[in-house]
Parts: sequence; C-alpha cells; structure tokens
Amino acid sequence: MEEKTIVERLREEFPAGVRESWTSLGDDVVIIDKGMLLPIATFLRDSPGEFRMLLDLTCVDYPGQEPRFEMVYHFFSLSRNRRLRIKTQISESDLRLASLTALWKNADWLEREVYDLFGVHFDGHPDLRRLFMYDGFEGHPLRKDYPLRRRQPLIRLKE
Amino acid sequence: MLLNMGPSHPAMHGTIRVMLELDGERIVNSEVEVGYLHRGFEKTCEYRTYFNLLPYTDRLNYVSPLINNLGYVMTLEKLIGVEVPERAQHIRVLMSELSRISDHLTCLAAMAMECGAFTAFLYKMKAREFLWDVIEQTTGARMTTSYIRIGGVRADLHPGFDAVLKKAIDETRLVLKDVHGLLDKNKIFLNRTRDVGVISREDAVAFGWTGPCLRSTGISYDVRKAHPYLVYDQLKWEVPLGDRGDNFDRYLVRMKEMEQSLRIIEQAAFRIPKSSPAFVAAGMSPSQAIKESRLQRVRKAIALSPNLEGSEETRYPDILASDKSFVVPPKEETYTTIEGLINHFKFFMRGHGLRPPKGEVYFAVEGGNGELGFYIVSDGTDRPYRLHLRAPCFHIVSALEQLIRGRYVADVIPTFGSMNMIGGELDR
Repeated sequence: MEEKTIVERLREEFPAGVRESWTSLGDDVVIIDKGMLLPIATFLRDSPGEFRMLLDLTCVDYPGQEPRFEMVYHFFSLSRNRRLRIKTQISESDLRLASLTALWKNADWLEREVYDLFGVHFDGHPDLRRLFMYDGFEGHPLRKDYPLRRRQPLIRLKE
Repeated sequence: MLLNMGPSHPAMHGTIRVMLELDGERIVNSEVEVGYLHRGFEKTCEYRTYFNLLPYTDRLNYVSPLINNLGYVMTLEKLIGVEVPERAQHIRVLMSELSRISDHLTCLAAMAMECGAFTAFLYKMKAREFLWDVIEQTTGARMTTSYIRIGGVRADLHPGFDAVLKKAIDETRLVLKDVHGLLDKNKIFLNRTRDVGVISREDAVAFGWTGPCLRSTGISYDVRKAHPYLVYDQLKWEVPLGDRGDNFDRYLVRMKEMEQSLRIIEQAAFRIPKSSPAFVAAGMSPSQAIKESRLQRVRKAIALSPNLEGSEETRYPDILASDKSFVVPPKEETYTTIEGLINHFKFFMRGHGLRPPKGEVYFAVEGGNGELGFYIVSDGTDRPYRLHLRAPCFHIVSALEQLIRGRYVADVIPTFGSMNMIGGELDR
C-alpha cells in the first residue's frame, strides 16, 4: 500500500497530540492528548480519510487509576469503509473535554448521555443536561463507585 | 401553545415524550425527552458473567431479539477468537433475517396503523405471526429467545423447520404484495409520508444514521455488505436504496429490504449443510409409557433425553464450537460422568467460567434499525468491565427535533413511526 494509513497521517499532522497507537483485533486505536481532541476530530472529519460519521462515543471508568476516565470515540469513514477508535484520558480533578457538537449532530445526545452517566463536562455543548436520568438525580450511575442497588425514587416507596 | 405528547401517547410506542411548542398547528420548536424506559442495561451487565447477561440482550430491541443476541455473541467471539461451525453460521443468518423481516413488519405496521391504514396493520401482523412460528418452533420462544450462544447456537433446527419456513415465506410474500397494493398509491398514506420528515444525506451522516433510514437517503451502507460477517458475502442479495430521504422512502426501503431478506433466507436454507441424524434415545417413548401405564405397570426402560430438543451431544459438532472454555458442556456428560459434572461446575462457577483475554473490542452487526454495535472492555475476569451498546435508533431519534421543526402536529406521527424507535434499545 503506497498510501499512508490514517494513523501515520495523524502522527505527521499532530506530532504532539498522538501519544500511542496500535491495532487491536483489526481496528486502529489511537490515544491522543485531551487538549488536541477538537483539532484532531476536525482533521479526521474533513481530510483525508473522511471520517464523516461519529459512530459512537462513550466513557470507561477506572477508579484508582490516574487519569481515572477514558473517553472512547468510534469514527467511521463511509468512503474508505474503515473504523477508527480514538481514546483520550481525563482525570477526575479536571473533568472537562471539548464538545464535538459543532462537528457532528449526534454528539449532542451522546455527550449528554456521558454527562448523565459519568459526569464528564463538555465545553461548548449548547444544552448539557441529563438525558436518561431525571433532574435532581444524585450521582452518576455508570461510575464504578455508584452502588448497583442504590434507589432514588421520586415518590416515597411503600414500606 | 405548549403541547405535551407522550410519554404514554398511543403513537409514542415505547414511552418517549415530545414537548411541542406550537403556533397554531405548526411546530415552532420541540424537545424530545427519553429515559422513561431506562433500566440500566450497561450497569447490570457489569455485574453479570458473560454467559449470564445474554438474556438481557433479548430485551434491547424486543422485536428482533435474535439480532441482539447475535451482536453481543459475535463481539465476544471476536474478542476470544472463535471459529463457528458452518451449519451454525447458516442458522444464524436464517434467524437474523427472519428477525429483520419481523422488525420491519412491526415498524411499518405501526406506522401504517397510525396513518389510518388498519388493514395493512392486520396483514403485516398476520405475516409476523407466521415468522414467529418459525422462530418459536426452533428456539422455543417468540421474543425472549436467548438462542444464539457463544460458539454457535442453542439447538439445531427443528425437524419440521423446512415446512414451516416455506409457509412463512409464502405468506410473507403474499402480504408484501398486498401491502404494496394497499399503500404504494394510497392518497392518504402518500399525503402523510411523501416529502414529510425529509432529511438530507449530509444530515443523515452527521446524525450517525445507519440502516434503512440512512439508505432511504441514497447512501449505500449496510454492515452486512461493508463488513461482511457470517456467510453474507457468499449469498446473492442487493441493498435497496431510497432517494429523497422522506417517510415514504423509509417505508419503501424497508419493504424492499424484506424482499431481499426473503431471498437471503431461501438461499441460506438451500445451502445449509446437513446435520447429523437426530439423536434417538433407546427405550419406549414417554407418551407410549404413559398410555401403557394406564393398563399395567410399565417395566420397560423409558427413553428420556436430558436435553432440550435439538441440543443432543451428537449435534454439538454441527451447532457449537468445540472449545470447552466457552461452550456449555453437553447434558449427557454432565448427568452421567464425573468429568462432565466438573466441567459443568467449572463453567458456571463464579470466577471460573468464560474469561476472555484482557482487551477491548467493538463489533457491529446490521440490526433492524442499523448498525448495532457492542463495545466491550474486558479485564480478564468472567464479567465485562464495561459494556456499551451502540443503539442505532438512539442516533435516529436524536434527529427527530430537526425533522419535525416547522411541520404540522400530524406530521410527527408518521415521521416518528418511520424511524422505528424501540424504547428498549434507545434507553438501554
């Protein structure tokens, strides 16, 4: 293959932003610097691999590790028929990340979901509210330290 | 005026709430609120073993549970690296296409009914019953199947599968023909769907749409073609495309896709490798024994198989991979040998069962609504460290606000209907 792979292009374009990359079970995985998410995402969408679709966006909680949270983005290129996984780590003390709502429209709900379930704040999100849980819900249920059976009923339950 | 639609509105199938800001009958602004069916699927899975959480996947897209089973199981198989027997692969294709048709039928039936076409609804429900007969006969359940297992499938096809399948295919073909006749040129239906809820190609991609809804805009992306799994690449079928991306195109794409699914089913049923002869236990049959016991005491041996029909040990090579680390040991061994019993315990004991290697994996299958992806992070124990579902209709419903802006209240119903929102999958 003469053409450069997308990972090589990324390394070339953002030498400081790309930390690690490998191939896991046929998928390209790139770990990037948290601050470089927006420029790298813009680059991925517009050129050269044309990752026009944001497939998925989620978060994984590793309590006891520093940085604690890991954001996982899955991009998909319709023209190249390739998936790409981008990961970036954020620490608990600074739970902020750039929002991708300006680039992909579905990032709106996806980021609200992550905000709801993990408590990550997205800078630049137009309307960051809980998505699944109701207003007034305490805590973030998908964090590992949220107990499985904790109940927060809106109406008092019968004894 | 503010109007509250849902969460228990008859057309908001699966509890979703739409707050509409109206000017007369025009929708100025709207807000879609989901979460009324949130059950914490992902959190629950973190506390279940890989084998135990399979029934939870049935309840995601409850109209096509077999595809959800397949998506989860194949993600795990990708992580472990499993070779599935050829016959099991064909059975999986058969089952997921049957589910796809029933999924599309349900979606279009509900959509047609909400537009007033009640006859079309009844016809489609009739066809769905025939399809579910096929599924029920082999899997033992209509909706909560848990049939597709890690390494293969739960049981071999029922001996009478071919006959029931043929009847279901014929009936579905007839219904599709009837529904085409009822709706394609129906003025009421056309008025409510043609050029209503239009989405451009760029927007559909930007919203992460997949499946029939994306294809209705003319973009040819189908996971079965783009990243072929099972035996889809060996079968002949086409990806039907729409053009305008409106409600009617979404209806038409689904209708055409069902015809393609029927093609796939016919080919797969023809190509499927023959199975080993059915296991016949020695002795007299239980029903015979009961009959005789009414006359006299039965002193002969009675043949009682410890298995569910179709999962006898002799069938295992056809329907399941051979590795003991992720396949439930055959019941004949569990009940008759000490090694079998130990294997059984080792498989189900906490901390001992199926433990995939450390790592993370994303895999997607083509669900009824689009790319149904599972993202699993494994830490080497017997439970997933994190399991995330990429629900196709989550992305589709997130575009609802945009699609109904500036339209009439009545347009919400067919637009929402053509999206085929499934609460179980969206809210997780």
